[in-house]
Amino acid sequence: MIHSLFLVSTAGHIFLEKHWKSVISRSVCDYLFEAQGKASAPENVPPVIATPHHYLISVYRDRIFFVAVIQTEVPPLFVIEFLHRVAETFQDYFGECSEASIKDNVVIVYELLEEMLDNGFPLATEANILKEMIKPPTILRSVVNTITGGSSNVGGTLPTGQLSNIPWRRTGVKYTNNEAYFDVVEEIDAILDKSGTVVFAEIQGVIDACVKLSGMPDLTLSFVNPRLLDDVSFHPCVRFKRWEAERVLSFIPPDGNFRLMSYHVNAQNLVAIPVYVKQNVSFFETGSSGRLDITVGPKQTMGKTIEDVVITVHMPKVVLNANLTTNQGTSTYDPVTKVLVWDIGKLNQQKVPNLKGSLSLQSGAPRPDENPTLNIDLRIQQLAISGLKVNRLNMFGEKYKPFKGVKYVTKAGKFQVRT
Amino acid sequence: MSSSSAFNDEKGGSSSVGEPEYGHDPASGGIFSSDYKRHDDLKEMLDSNKDSLKLEAMKRIVAMIARGKNASDLFPAVVKNVACKNIEVKKLVYVYLVRYAEEQQDLALLSISTFQRGLKDPNQLIRASALRVLSSIRVTIIVPIMMLAIKEAASDMSPYVRKTAAHAIPKLYSLDPDQKDQLIEVIEKLLADKTTLVAGSVVMAFEEVCPERIDLIHKNYRKLCNLLIDVEEWGQVVIINMLTRYARTQFLNPNANESLLEEGGEKTFYGSDEEEGKEDKVEAAALVVKRKPYVMDPDHRLLLRNTKPLLQSRNAAVVMAVAQLYFHLAPKAEVGVIAKALVRLMRSHSEVQYVVLQNVATMTIKRRGMFEPYLKSFYIRSTDPTQIKVLKLEVLTNLANETNISTILREFQTYIKSMDKDFVAATIQAIGRCATNIGEVRDTCLNGLVQLLSNRDELVVAESVVVIKKLLQMQPEKHSDIIKHMAKLTDNIQVPMARASILWLIGEYCEHVPKIAPDVLRKMAKSFTNEEDIVKLQILNLAAKLYLTNSKQTKLLTQYVLNLAKYDQNYDIRDRARFIRQLIVPTDKSGALSKYAKKLFLALKPAPVLESPFKDRDHFQLGSLSHLLNAKAGGYQELPDWPESAPDPSVRNVEVPEWTKCSSREKRKEKKVEKPFYSDSEGESGPTESADSDSDTGSGSGSGSDSGSEDSGSESGSEESEGESDSEKDEKDKRKSGKKKAKKTAPESEESEQSSTEEQKKSTKSKEPKDRSDSESEDEEESSTESSESESEEESESDTDAKKKKKTIPSKPPPKQAKKEKKEMSLLDLDDFEPTPSPQVTPVSNFVSSSLATDLEGLSLTDTALSPSAASPTCGPLKTYELLHRITGEGLAVTYCFSRRPFTGDPHMVSVQIQFTNNTEVEARSLRVLEPKLQSGMRIAEFPEIDVLPPGEISTVVMGIDFCDSTQAANFQLCTHTKKFFVTIQPPVGELMMPIFMTENEFKKEQGQLMGMNEITEKLTLGEGCRGDHVIIQRVISTANLSRVPCGSAMECRFAGKTVTSGSLVLVTVVTKEERAAQVTVNCEKMLIGTMLVKDILQALSQ
Repeated sequence: MIHSLFLVSTAGHIFLEKHWKSVISRSVCDYLFEAQGKASAPENVPPVIATPHHYLISVYRDRIFFVAVIQTEVPPLFVIEFLHRVAETFQDYFGECSEASIKDNVVIVYELLEEMLDNGFPLATEANILKEMIKPPTILRSVVNTITGGSSNVGGTLPTGQLSNIPWRRTGVKYTNNEAYFDVVEEIDAILDKSGTVVFAEIQGVIDACVKLSGMPDLTLSFVNPRLLDDVSFHPCVRFKRWEAERVLSFIPPDGNFRLMSYHVNAQNLVAIPVYVKQNVSFFETGSSGRLDITVGPKQTMGKTIEDVVITVHMPKVVLNANLTTNQGTSTYDPVTKVLVWDIGKLNQQKVPNLKGSLSLQSGAPRPDENPTLNIDLRIQQLAISGLKVNRLNMFGEKYKPFKGVKYVTKAGKFQVRT
Repeated sequence: MSSSSAFNDEKGGSSSVGEPEYGHDPASGGIFSSDYKRHDDLKEMLDSNKDSLKLEAMKRIVAMIARGKNASDLFPAVVKNVACKNIEVKKLVYVYLVRYAEEQQDLALLSISTFQRGLKDPNQLIRASALRVLSSIRVTIIVPIMMLAIKEAASDMSPYVRKTAAHAIPKLYSLDPDQKDQLIEVIEKLLADKTTLVAGSVVMAFEEVCPERIDLIHKNYRKLCNLLIDVEEWGQVVIINMLTRYARTQFLNPNANESLLEEGGEKTFYGSDEEEGKEDKVEAAALVVKRKPYVMDPDHRLLLRNTKPLLQSRNAAVVMAVAQLYFHLAPKAEVGVIAKALVRLMRSHSEVQYVVLQNVATMTIKRRGMFEPYLKSFYIRSTDPTQIKVLKLEVLTNLANETNISTILREFQTYIKSMDKDFVAATIQAIGRCATNIGEVRDTCLNGLVQLLSNRDELVVAESVVVIKKLLQMQPEKHSDIIKHMAKLTDNIQVPMARASILWLIGEYCEHVPKIAPDVLRKMAKSFTNEEDIVKLQILNLAAKLYLTNSKQTKLLTQYVLNLAKYDQNYDIRDRARFIRQLIVPTDKSGALSKYAKKLFLALKPAPVLESPFKDRDHFQLGSLSHLLNAKAGGYQELPDWPESAPDPSVRNVEVPEWTKCSSREKRKEKKVEKPFYSDSEGESGPTESADSDSDTGSGSGSGSDSGSEDSGSESGSEESEGESDSEKDEKDKRKSGKKKAKKTAPESEESEQSSTEEQKKSTKSKEPKDRSDSESEDEEESSTESSESESEEESESDTDAKKKKKTIPSKPPPKQAKKEKKEMSLLDLDDFEPTPSPQVTPVSNFVSSSLATDLEGLSLTDTALSPSAASPTCGPLKTYELLHRITGEGLAVTYCFSRRPFTGDPHMVSVQIQFTNNTEVEARSLRVLEPKLQSGMRIAEFPEIDVLPPGEISTVVMGIDFCDSTQAANFQLCTHTKKFFVTIQPPVGELMMPIFMTENEFKKEQGQLMGMNEITEKLTLGEGCRGDHVIIQRVISTANLSRVPCGSAMECRFAGKTVTSGSLVLVTVVTKEERAAQVTVNCEKMLIGTMLVKDILQALSQ
């Protein structure tokens, strides 16, 4: 299984190494650097690299390569999934998963890795268990440690969750305010073609939960219209059989934040695209210039306002600069990365935002063949675009009355307009 | 970082007063030079007796290790602290030890005794961590100690320690492979462990140490399948992969004989059927010999069923593991379910997408239909990483067919405009492949590609040239203008591969462009010296071909080119030049070959086949690293081919049942450990039973008895029930002789008979009432004489023998008749009457026996009073319903009943026992379920196909239906080899539940929680015959599958059960009052079910 782990920054600096079996020289990462050199961007580095004696399986997250070295056959997804889990654990512990935060907490990182893998095989990956064994750093605890002198971030008891059949929940949870919040977040993935017709559109959703309930609550979440859900995947806590039978989510939740389920909305339901985009990007044969004209407006929003609209355009390399004017928001063009960002903000019915102007091209260079695609980002509060609605949340097993809340948000996922 | 370092400074300062320099941030890089003085400081800190100092030192040391700095010289100082009281210090020391022990073996031995002590600690955490560190220290000298520790830990009380032991096994194995045999023993022991905690780890150890010892899995197979869903996700991946391999060695190919059954309509759909077809023949031959159709081994089915829910896992690796299991093991018709889950993974991180797409690409080659509905999910976005784009393109190309090609080509058109040139090149290749695979669009594609030749980007043009070349090879005659166009391009295109392709094309088809070809050669001769090697070779080729076809014009040019090549730096080119000269230029010395020069050079070349690089990759297990790399990785276990004939399935039988969910099964299972499974008994059941009673009733008796009188509902599958029916048959005769012994009456058995007879009356009209009446009276006697459950089983068995009676409703007079009849029936059995085929009229027998029944009723009444808890919960009577009448079914009669037994493996399904009777003169073949039309949420587990049903015989199967706690009917088609019949199974509400045991107190408590809307109360007047609570009990239980709750009051009867699908409680209370007044109360979370149930019970009681 996983032999060693190297954390490498984009600059090629190996800032952490951990070996679960015999030590493997860090020179093995040279193969990664070689692949990185060939790739145009860090994202394009192949996740699996075969070297004469080892295989490198890497994931790229938050500007860090997590490189696992393995020697024998192992399902690649197994390793990839684990590495992402590691990154998520760091995120959870330190608030961010960055080179600086990992370096600052190197001891905790090491202790975590020690617990997460034994001999290269995952041991404890549930955040709840890990937190019982290794406490995350907090300001308060550091202060206490400073005063008392005894600083231990290692728990001495066996995390009981590991033994029970609900390993995701720790025992003895106690809150004064018992609350459970659920965020239904839906993302629209869509490709629109030049004329604005939908080439492909679907809705993907997740339900993220923040549950702070004492004891061992047993929750049941039901939907008004569960038929909408076409394909689902669950946190291990969800009882699959009950979902199959009654289309309700029945579960004993982990403590804290977790993703309860992700779902895909039935493809037969037509996806309501909340905005329309009219665009015209053209480059002239003569004069090394081009024109750009984009208009965005709200379409089907079910009475909600569309917020945080941002349009990002990756321009062809020959575009030197853009001279644009807009009637709403701000637009910036970065001549180095060739990215045009138009931050619109809220969409109003009355005033339709428009961006137009000229593009100056590198003189002498031929007119670019390709047209850039527009990536659109937006957000609609209090609306799940698929129409999914939570019916009710019931709690069994505990006496107190929890505070419950459900929030709906719709966002643009991979929303592209081709030009 | 600066702020945190300052913060740590402060913290360090106060924790070590007077020694501020120690308190430096352990993580800040600068101070860790390999400066010895610093290390001295660390040593000093480690030697101090303050835990805080030690901790600080250890933190700094660990930070050094993390950075890859050498800290090995601190070994002695660190190892001293191995017994430190502070847990964090201890943990960090362990980290250090594991890292450096290998380099400092002798010193590492100092720490061993601490761990040995730790192994005996009462705290399981300490035991486990001691074992973990001990086994992680790679020092060969301690191998015996490790071995001992592992063995001990393997039988530890704590599953956590046992898990650690499982983890330690591969560590020891890699340290000393000679220990293999001993380790296998430990693995064997741990494999038998029943906790989910251990299962994943031990299978991992198994995979690393002895993956070839498949025999160790047999006994644990079913347990692993059943535990799977509760194992942690990483363990699931390992177990599923292992079970895939296991299943490939133990079961038959489910797709082997499908071509025999299919009309071949689907055949063209999938590419690789030829191979399968071959196997089929072999397989089919074998089958004919054995007279046994392909029946999926129930264990095979178990695996498929238990892995399916895991497709919903959040862990991509688990989903992929299940997907590959289905791809490699499932019948073709079922593989489709994985597509949706795999498409879902496409939303995940790009690395996950990359791996999934690789696997999807392989799958699409073999099973294209599976992903066609998801075509659009593979559309490419400009923001995808290049490797993802290329893979998606591959999938789209594989999915292309006549119907969707236009959509795909339109999509490709937009890709060509992409900024990512590598991707554009890949798109052009993909267009080429679509064009070769789909003849209709070849011209369209070619035209499109020709347009690309005028593209400004050279790479695009070059790629198009290469692809056009391949396409033109297929039909060059039509396209001489394209060749001319390309000839002109030689002036501009610089990409060597493209130039070479053009030259080859012109040479190959120089007859189509006789004027241009020599001119191209002229130009090339001029630039020969500046060309790349592949271009030079093609110039030589062109020259040779032109020389042979048009030597007048090109003789000199060819000579010139050959001369240039003769002195080229590259030996390949010199070689080629020499070779060509000898071949084409006739000299006196030239041998026989030159005569054939024209044939050699201008032979008709076959058109290239453009095929996917993913073709044939599926011989690697999908999802594996080897599959991804398309090369065998170290430690890869080949996926074995299906066996020709299945190995003995009984190896998986276990002494003590592992299907733990239902404890009452145990008795059952033990009884038939030695029984052959399924297939055997299925083959037998027909003949044996018909021998028994030489008419269709025979086999009915077998099955009826099983389902009707199963005492504890322990049956888990049709195969078993059938196996049993045989055994019971055998015993039956023996027991019969003893039946007449006088014993206490067992009313419940009597009653069960009664109603089962009632039910079965419906299915077949009475034929031999006389015999029956005999047998029934006999039966009655039996029931009055014996009370054991086995007895009741038998009796109902005999009842069912004569299931030709008219249905009677349980009002007072009919029960009497029924009883009588029963009695007669078993009399018949006793006397060994041969049932005569001549039908007689039923009423006669009813009439005759009515007085007897009255007597009996009185008798049974008193008996119930004596034994109030008589109503055994699942010993309910069975009603048989008609599924297909023999007239509508053209001779095939089908009946079904609810056997009230948990359905194998899936507790949410109601098991429905279906009995086929073939009344025709010809055999019915391949009876199966087709196209279930179900309400959403409902599911059907189809019964295994019945391959042949000989005339006059009867076959019984069990299928499972998940009705979702509704009385909606399940509609499906029942198929024979010639006909299809639309049939419907509608469950009475009482069959949607299963009994549970409860005490009175529990009952009251639960009832208290189901008040208000959930409680339905109705008053009624009890029917004529409904006197005494045993009748009430019997009637309620025959109406609904509930169990009785023992209670103190004589006026009350309580029953408990839960709905099959959702497990909601169903509580029924019947309170009797004076004057036959009574009150029925049903408490159920599901109001609809409660209401319907009340109605049914009212009806049953008021009759």
